[in-house]
Amino acid sequence: MTDKLTKTGAAPGEPVVSSGAPSDAFLDVRDLKIHFPTDDGLVKSVDGLSFQLEKGKTLGIVGESGSGKSVTSLGIMGLHTVGQYGRQKARISGEIWLNGRELLSADPDEVRRMRGREMAMIFQDPLSAMHPYYTVGHQIVEAYRVHHPVDKKTAKRRAIELLDRVGIPEPAKRFDNYPHEFSGGMRQRAMIAMALVNNPELLIADEPTTALDVTVQAQILDLMRDLQKEFGSAVVIITHDLGVVAELADDILVMYGGRCVERGPAEQVFYEPQHPYTWGLLGSMPRIDREQTERLIPVKGNPPSLINIPSGCAFNPRCPYADVPKGGITRTQRPELALAGDRHFSACHMPQEERTRIWTEEIAPKL
Amino acid sequence: MEPLLKVTGLKKHFPIKKGLLQRQTGAVKAVDGIDFEVLPGETLGVVGESGCGKSTMGRLITRLLEPTGGTVEFQGKDISHLGVGGMRPFRRDIQMIFQDPYGSLNPRHTVGTIVSAPFKLQGVEPEGGVRKEVQRLLGLVGLNPEHYNRYPHEFSGGQRQRIGIARALALKPKLVVADEPVSALDVSIQAQVVNLLDDLQQELGLTYVIIAHDLSVIRHVSDRIAVMYLGKIVELADRKSLYENPMHPYTRALMSAVPIPDPRRRGAKSERILLTGDVPSPIAPPPGCRFNTRCWKATEVCRTQEPPLVELRPGQRVACHHPENAESLTIPVARESVEITKAKPSETPAEATKAETPAEPEPEPESEPDSPKA
Repeated sequence: MTDKLTKTGAAPGEPVVSSGAPSDAFLDVRDLKIHFPTDDGLVKSVDGLSFQLEKGKTLGIVGESGSGKSVTSLGIMGLHTVGQYGRQKARISGEIWLNGRELLSADPDEVRRMRGREMAMIFQDPLSAMHPYYTVGHQIVEAYRVHHPVDKKTAKRRAIELLDRVGIPEPAKRFDNYPHEFSGGMRQRAMIAMALVNNPELLIADEPTTALDVTVQAQILDLMRDLQKEFGSAVVIITHDLGVVAELADDILVMYGGRCVERGPAEQVFYEPQHPYTWGLLGSMPRIDREQTERLIPVKGNPPSLINIPSGCAFNPRCPYADVPKGGITRTQRPELALAGDRHFSACHMPQEERTRIWTEEIAPKL
Repeated sequence: MEPLLKVTGLKKHFPIKKGLLQRQTGAVKAVDGIDFEVLPGETLGVVGESGCGKSTMGRLITRLLEPTGGTVEFQGKDISHLGVGGMRPFRRDIQMIFQDPYGSLNPRHTVGTIVSAPFKLQGVEPEGGVRKEVQRLLGLVGLNPEHYNRYPHEFSGGQRQRIGIARALALKPKLVVADEPVSALDVSIQAQVVNLLDDLQQELGLTYVIIAHDLSVIRHVSDRIAVMYLGKIVELADRKSLYENPMHPYTRALMSAVPIPDPRRRGAKSERILLTGDVPSPIAPPPGCRFNTRCWKATEVCRTQEPPLVELRPGQRVACHHPENAESLTIPVARESVEITKAKPSETPAEATKAETPAEPEPEPESEPDSPKA
């Protein structure tokens, strides 16, 4: 993911800022900022986010509600600027490179043509993401014919083929059903079919299984894994469930208060996490695969308001290690992402040896 | 020990009415004959997928709904058909915590009014006055007692859930029924509330019935666990037996479906049992065992005969004709009842797909994760 950084000439650990040059990564997000002006102040939903993603790989974005995960995904899809009311329009800056093209400065019509074909999205709630007045088949055919000049018959064949591929029984019959006639799991499958109908190279799944039961969730995760192998697309999966990212993601990006606090290969983030917030997430979660722990280790306090993000490290009011001396660095200084291992970055002022010690000696044994 | 709550044959059918005359054409069998008891001081976890009737069950035992059949006994007294007045003395002892911390608090009332409402309704004058008691309760659940005059919108989700808990505890109840108490909260906040419920139980000697869909949370909080499927309890056992030795195929499938937050175990996909299809409609549940349409072990007997909930191991009740992990059964009656049904194992290719074929029920727990800690 990030080893490309050195190639573009930046020092390791420093996100490339507006170099203007096309990147050789498939998806390259650089210093993305998405701010919403409101009556109460500027909501900084995403405040300087950078990451890269290769084809065939999966990036998991984890964070709590209000950490900016969904806003990021809508930003990549170019779905923010279309707000009807001037006041709610987002202020977006930074760069999003997809396949050598910059999306934020591109013509909206061009982005619209790419949407669906080169990048597609799976939403959390399939009932509200589908139109209740049209049959499921109609909606998939429509998505296909926008990008492919084929007759209805061919498109219908393609839609039925996709419905079959995502595991809907009797796809030819189900083609004519309305969304409400599908169960939750089937609707989610149909939406995946709709997203995949144009063979997109980038697939963004925003909480794809949150609304589903665990047995259905297992089916959908399995399906997504198989489909990625088959289609070889790049996938961004956004979720609050660490179990889901552990199942699917190659790389993990942990967001807090609109910024990335840690990012790296999945194994490293789970086994050698470098940020106190990641420790907090791991400690908060009851584990079904481990011996019963007596108590969970919660993160104290509440997530920050995005209008008034704490100065310095956004996590500092909740961080149990905020008072550890850090060699003259004050609380108001913001930590930048720094290399903490192979392709592993974290934004914390504590010296790395100290963090490794705290994790291995104090936190890991209690999990 | 005398059970605090005893439920026998509990049923709730919601009628479906059609036409001009509102003739009843059917019924949603949300809860269809369940038995269990809750001992004082313990936590009973109830787990199941959406639509399995777990929330309806919670509303029946708190008597927010009137059962269609069966009885609910609280401390030996039958409360299943008491009216509003008859229930009032029991309301002090049975309280409920709701799922949605936004919908369960009146936005026009201050926290003080919300938490003191139980005193007003029951005509109780707590020692030292209502205000002092409310502030004590707010402190107890980890809120600032100074926030007495604030409105719910001034609090975050986790704090609102604490307000709901304070209200439930106001009258010093014996039994607290919590319906999905943490599912609306963020992970880091979930842990705070789970720990709070834990501390309150130890401090106040509460008895909990906790309803949730999250198997990890249920394992963390419960002493005994009931697994529900389509209005029935399919397995009821203490935590250790259930998680280490699940006997009902549904329990096993449910547990194997939980995504494990450990990227190194991703290859262990073979352990996962993928159920096909969806839960059948509770309007017309399948005959025989309700799980037979999705079960990979289903045989003829499963389609015709409903398995009773019998104690197959001490403290582990299972409703299945072909239980898993049944090798080490010690109770002779149970062994017999299993063997009778084993007599004709017709190897029908089941609908469910399974990566490793379960030839024999294995004696040892197969999914005991002993992964080294990080």
